[in-house]
Amino acid sequence: MTQDDLTIADPKMKAEGVNVFYGEKQAINDVSIDVGTDLVTAFIGPSGCGKSTFLRSLNRMNDTVASAKVSGRITLDGEDIYAPSMDVVQLRARVGMVFQKPNPFPKSIYDNVGYGPRIHGLAPNKADLDVIVERALVRAGLWDEVKDRLAESGTALSGGQQQRLCIARAIAVDPEVILMDEPCSALDPIATAKIEELIHELRGKYAIVIVTHNMQQAARVSQRTAFFHLGTLVEYGKTTDIFTNPKQERTKDYITGRYG
Amino acid sequence: MTFNAAALLLLIAGLALIGWLAGRARSNLLAGRAGEKLHSRPQYHGWYVALWLFAPAALFLAVWSSVSPALITNQVLATEAAQSLPSFGFERGAILSDARSVAEGKQADVRLPAAAPLVKPYADASHKYAWIGIAAMLALALAGGLYAFTRIRPDFRARTRVEKIVMLVLLLASLVAILTTFGIVLSLLFESIRFFRLVSPTELLFGTEWAPTSGAPQPDTFGGIPLFWGTILIGAIIAMIVAIPIGMMTAVYLTQYAAPTVRKWVKPLLEILAGVPTVVYGYFAALTVAPALREFAVMLGIPNASTESALAAGIVMGVMIIPFVSSMADDSINAVPQAMRDGSLALGATPNETIRQVLIPAALPGVMGGILLAVSRAIGETMIVVMAAGLSANMTANPFASVTTVTAQIVKLLTGDQEFDSAKTLAAFALGLVLFIVTLLLNIVALRIVKKYREAYE
Repeated sequence: MTQDDLTIADPKMKAEGVNVFYGEKQAINDVSIDVGTDLVTAFIGPSGCGKSTFLRSLNRMNDTVASAKVSGRITLDGEDIYAPSMDVVQLRARVGMVFQKPNPFPKSIYDNVGYGPRIHGLAPNKADLDVIVERALVRAGLWDEVKDRLAESGTALSGGQQQRLCIARAIAVDPEVILMDEPCSALDPIATAKIEELIHELRGKYAIVIVTHNMQQAARVSQRTAFFHLGTLVEYGKTTDIFTNPKQERTKDYITGRYG
Repeated sequence: MTFNAAALLLLIAGLALIGWLAGRARSNLLAGRAGEKLHSRPQYHGWYVALWLFAPAALFLAVWSSVSPALITNQVLATEAAQSLPSFGFERGAILSDARSVAEGKQADVRLPAAAPLVKPYADASHKYAWIGIAAMLALALAGGLYAFTRIRPDFRARTRVEKIVMLVLLLASLVAILTTFGIVLSLLFESIRFFRLVSPTELLFGTEWAPTSGAPQPDTFGGIPLFWGTILIGAIIAMIVAIPIGMMTAVYLTQYAAPTVRKWVKPLLEILAGVPTVVYGYFAALTVAPALREFAVMLGIPNASTESALAAGIVMGVMIIPFVSSMADDSINAVPQAMRDGSLALGATPNETIRQVLIPAALPGVMGGILLAVSRAIGETMIVVMAAGLSANMTANPFASVTTVTAQIVKLLTGDQEFDSAKTLAAFALGLVLFIVTLLLNIVALRIVKKYREAYE
């Protein structure tokens, strides 16, 4: 874990003074944070603290909510993602997302994974697509379980398999960042363990940001942890520091289970 | 003394009110005397008594009002004065009803001299049966009321009993529509069977010549195929070519692109369109669309273009169905979880790609169900085709030609002076039966698809 000792010199994504409003209500207040290229960053905090909202502003999924407004600056490789010149569609291909509840399309397993590469024109022919689909499924640790039934519906898989399928689907478009919004909250402990193992394996290949309610999970999978409370970023640092030696009283209260 | 059902109904309603007050008072009294707490609040005891008083008597009243006229007539026919009546049904009926009108005081004097001797027997008989009816009804009401009244005790569970009675009433109400439909089917069926005694079902279903005559059926005049083809051409082909794409695009726009304020206005507007009387669409088809299409066809050099064309009726019917298709498609697309849409957008798909490749395929079963329901509506639609499609039974794929449909022919067969036992008239019932069966099957299949699809996301 050599990276843990490094400060983030060249962050993949950088947020500076970000505010998010839903209509009149301010959901995120002046959050600045760096997301490291080879790191897993965990967002923790009690429900309604704004961590998912902030996550969704990193790939502009908040755009789908008509009343949502984002101010401040968020950059990807130094490029402002809210700049008028930014193509949202390209941005989301570079910053993939995995949701709280597994949401495979009602299509075959193959088509679920092939969907992204097809719409982005990554595979000129069937053979190329086969390669991309296989590689994504292998990376998501699902290949061995589904290689003989790629034509079956993605919705027929178990919950944990569905979530790994969704990860494979995100990987297939070859993103640079993967955002995970409580990816294990709908899964049983065994499926959760598999996803966590997968996050370990994916680390280094993608910058990963994970929102979680489960503090043990944050401690297990991440190198950086950000603690959100009431729409503000209370504390951000190395995961080991946050969990063993929090600087803020509120962080300490939360991780010791006083509230939340 | 005549039997006035409405007045009697009011009478037992009044009695029921008294029963209600009495039941309530008695339950209070008994509870007070025994020093116990009532199981049910006093008004439930009141309701229990009132319902027992009212329901059996009202039921009897309903039965008696439909049975007593026959009993009265029977008694009149048994008298000596009735023996001289002519045996021909129609004349006999006229005399009897004349006598009845005088006896009931609806007219001052008889119009037919033969009816005069029957007035007195009629008056006597109706007087007698009225008294029997009223006495029996009051006896039933009192018996019911007393039965309920004597059952009142502090621990009597009037509340649960009333609940059961209420459930029964609701059940009866929900059966009304079902039983009526059942009755309609039976009447259709009986008339159709009479038709099929004259003309074989295979001829109606597979014959290709439609030229109904009121005389004795000639061979090959009741072939339904041209009608079925016309119905399909207008309702299932032309109307759907118009309604499906436009309805779908409307639904996609409203669910995916429209701002909430636009949606708030457009959706109710569309629903209002669905309520426009079909006869208005009929005018529009016959007076505006059909002539325009004919000119267009003539310009194209189509020889047998008619002012009554399948195309005019089909297009207008399609427009009429648009709100229906769009509302069903709207529901289906909305039923696709938001997570599906988010998942696609998060992969960098544009809204358009998301709609075409994720939302519509996911919503397709629901949309299909909606389309089948729309087809079943279109083929049962009457006014537009009567006004715009014409009545000549042509087997043609030329949309500018005049075709006719099952519903238009039913209207034609049943309007005007017709004998009710000729094959021509009875054919209307047989066609109605075919139409009913087809739309019923379509609805069953459609509802099944829609239901299965709903389950998939719940």
